[in-house]
Amino acid sequence: MAQQGKSEIKYLTPIAVDIKRKKYCRFKRSGIKYIDYKDADFLLKFVNEQGKLLPRRITGTSTKYQKKVAQAVKRARHLALMPYVADLLK
Amino acid sequence: MQRNYETVFIMTPVLSDDQMKETVQKFRNFLKDNGANIIFEDNWGLRKLAYPIQKKSTGFYHLVEFAADPNLIRDWEVTFKRDERILRFLTVSLDKHAVAYNEKKRKNKAEKEKVEEKAEA
Repeated sequence: MAQQGKSEIKYLTPIAVDIKRKKYCRFKRSGIKYIDYKDADFLLKFVNEQGKLLPRRITGTSTKYQKKVAQAVKRARHLALMPYVADLLK
Repeated sequence: MQRNYETVFIMTPVLSDDQMKETVQKFRNFLKDNGANIIFEDNWGLRKLAYPIQKKSTGFYHLVEFAADPNLIRDWEVTFKRDERILRFLTVSLDKHAVAYNEKKRKNKAEKEKVEEKAEA
């Protein structure tokens, strides 16, 4: 009986089931070896709205390149290409 | 042995165009007099700063890429510190990937300009 009741429920649109997409390191995949600290627009992808660095767990960057990203962001901040603190950066 | 370096410095916006060029020339001469080779130079012009430095919100950016003896860098940075027209400076040593990246970037830029010239002609 219970099984019958279950089959009667029909959805107009299929339920969204989260498909886990595997994260990947964009530098490894596209073969970027050097991260330019002068390219502030590119580095914006790795900081949040306050201008803080995003963790690896969110961007998927590998340890090796996360270090380089961090270094590049810090250099960009020193040269006033990026802010140290901000709100509503994006 | 010489190594590759890259310096970006910011000059005060108070300078006139000629004064700015004179400042750049001073640093260029410093490199030349000390046996360094200038590989590339780029003037980004007047740019807005992401945050105020010495109560100024804009500055003239200039980039120099050069090959020099590592012992020279200390004096090179001291001249920046002593010059009050300089708001900020950053010298980084370039590894082989960085050198390759810079060369590629320059090449792409040169090609783009060529295409544009052709389009205009």
